[in-house]
Amino acid sequence: MAQDQALFEYLLRLGDNTLVLGHRVSEWCGHAPVLEEDIALANTALDLIGQTQLWLGLAGEVEGKNRTADDLAYLRDAWDFRNLLLVERPNGDFGQTMMRQFLFDAWQMINLGRLLKSSDKRVADIAEKASKEVAYHLERSGDTVVGLGDGTDESHQRMQAALEYHWDYIGEMFVSDPVDAAMVKAGIAPDPASLRGEWDELVGRYLKAATLKIPGDGYVHKGGKTGQHTEHLGFVLADMQFLQRAYPGAEW
Amino acid sequence: MVITKTLPSVDQVWEWLDAVPDPEIPVISLVDLGIIRDVRLEGSEFVITVTPTYSGCPATNVINADIEVALHEKGVENLRLERQLSPAWTTDWLTENGRAKLERYGIAPPQSKGAPARCPNCGGTDLALTSQFGSTPCKALWKCNSCLEPFDYFKCI
Repeated sequence: MAQDQALFEYLLRLGDNTLVLGHRVSEWCGHAPVLEEDIALANTALDLIGQTQLWLGLAGEVEGKNRTADDLAYLRDAWDFRNLLLVERPNGDFGQTMMRQFLFDAWQMINLGRLLKSSDKRVADIAEKASKEVAYHLERSGDTVVGLGDGTDESHQRMQAALEYHWDYIGEMFVSDPVDAAMVKAGIAPDPASLRGEWDELVGRYLKAATLKIPGDGYVHKGGKTGQHTEHLGFVLADMQFLQRAYPGAEW
Repeated sequence: MVITKTLPSVDQVWEWLDAVPDPEIPVISLVDLGIIRDVRLEGSEFVITVTPTYSGCPATNVINADIEVALHEKGVENLRLERQLSPAWTTDWLTENGRAKLERYGIAPPQSKGAPARCPNCGGTDLALTSQFGSTPCKALWKCNSCLEPFDYFKCI
């Protein structure tokens, strides 16, 4: 695979992760259990969408077909999206949303840490910016998982259910394919498989404090990185892309 | 409008930028905030390097427009803005003047220990964190246990 093509694909993966998760989190705006959580969720969504603009902006630049971050966000269909299946999983209750956030934040923090040393300065610069924001996301999602996991009987039971609900989707974060191999070869990004040890350690520490039981490794749902998505992504896009589809070129 | 025939100095442009308020916290200027990283003259064109506070901060576009409007009003016609991501913006770049203005306005300035030094309303030091996420991406929500007032804290990044 040509390096620019692989880099384009890799940047779509990073940008689509933050875009789809950012949209999912924004669905909470006005619906969170308390005002402070509503504000925190909206701020997290805003950070993620800001990071999307940087990743997809660079993707468009690398592709060289004059597509902007907005073009890539609003005018692609589900099979062209490259996000992990985890981030398109439904919000469910607050616990399910925060567990998904925590599992992703932990991965994103570790991955960005590696990208700081990317041989591509543009990638390293975005990682430097994003990692400062993600440190606050992880602090909040981690503390919430511990607070609710080690909370009341009901909150504990809901967090355990949320962990089990998402667990079969975490394996995809650590699966390597030819795009990843090309990135490793060029010194641009780490091998996803190499992130697993650090992630297990970090997540394990929080889940222990949360008194939650880590499920056994089961089936690994995957396909998002190459465009095979769950039925949920289409609904996310129908909502997110409606305006640009109905009124092409409309500006805020 | 003042039309200057000769180009203003770089120092003069810095001075003008120091009069452009942050759109969300108008008591401090863009220079106080530390987001203007460089002003230079290339031929007859002024190049202003700006770094975003948070990547998703909605004020970023407004800030760029405010810089252009402010300098056009001073007669600077030939102007280019450059975005710089690295080194990433840090609250360490807030000026002393900016920190003092924030506190007078009721926003506790950032502290290296990661928590406000005192309540910006009563000066009390018995404080509690409500949430690391506040009314804008750059602020956290705190509460003073002495005067019982909630307040914004400009969080470290």
